[in-house]
Amino acid sequence: MAALKYTEKVENLKVITSNSITFDSNEKRMTANQLHPETWVDAYADYLFNFAVARVSDAEIAKDLVQDTFFAGLKSAKNYKGDAAERTWLIAILKRKVIDHYRKINSKKGKAEVRMSYSTSSDSEGDWLEERVADPFSTQENSVIENEELGLAIQSCISKLPKKQAQVFQMKTIQGISTEDICNELGINPSNLWVMIHRARTALMGCLNDNWY
Amino acid sequence: MTPCEKAAFICNKAQYGEATFIEKMKLQFHLLMCKTCSVFSKQNADLTSLCEKAKLQSLSEQEKIMMKEKLQNKG
Repeated sequence: MAALKYTEKVENLKVITSNSITFDSNEKRMTANQLHPETWVDAYADYLFNFAVARVSDAEIAKDLVQDTFFAGLKSAKNYKGDAAERTWLIAILKRKVIDHYRKINSKKGKAEVRMSYSTSSDSEGDWLEERVADPFSTQENSVIENEELGLAIQSCISKLPKKQAQVFQMKTIQGISTEDICNELGINPSNLWVMIHRARTALMGCLNDNWY
Repeated sequence: MTPCEKAAFICNKAQYGEATFIEKMKLQFHLLMCKTCSVFSKQNADLTSLCEKAKLQSLSEQEKIMMKEKLQNKG
């Protein structure tokens, strides 16, 4: 009996030590994260931009917020401990920037007031409160959230593509520029463009299959 | 019969509404016979609808260059 307990203890001890070893190596891996500000714009601008647009719904403001985020990131780069991935860290800064933005526009006098009119049409039927209860069968809210996540998933897949392919794909699919204009701007011929589009699309299909479905 | 490379090319074009009527007919005919291409075609169409659904937005190349410049001036 005593011998059994002893072996149990030894095994427990083994588990503990092996745990601490994996923890150590984890920590080493995590501190390996480093900042590379010179690659920020190419790697994360679109991702951050999509994130911001979904929250402020104005492209100009969103662009400014992304720029501010990069500035702030550069300024506080020495505080980066390396325990989060670069993109996560930048998103965290961007979130603060979005909050600051709303705080700023709300602090202007009189704007902080919330005005609500309870009846838009005076001859509406039924109880005023009853009419304003959220529709439990509405799927709109969920689909908005899902679409935003989908957008971010696609964007992070795009950022894994080679730069030229990503550029062509974005110009064609997202900005909707015509084939001719893209060819003129980048100095390539149409068949070249379609090959790049084909490779980009194939890669994206694979990436989304892994990360979305 | 249309070769698979050609079919894929038409399929990609069709995603942007740039395939001609005859090309589309050729593609449909090819898809009837080629299993691999019909899978590809379906996934390709899915990707298009996902991209539309997500209402993706992106910054243009010029805006990115501006951003880089501003970042460098600051840093």
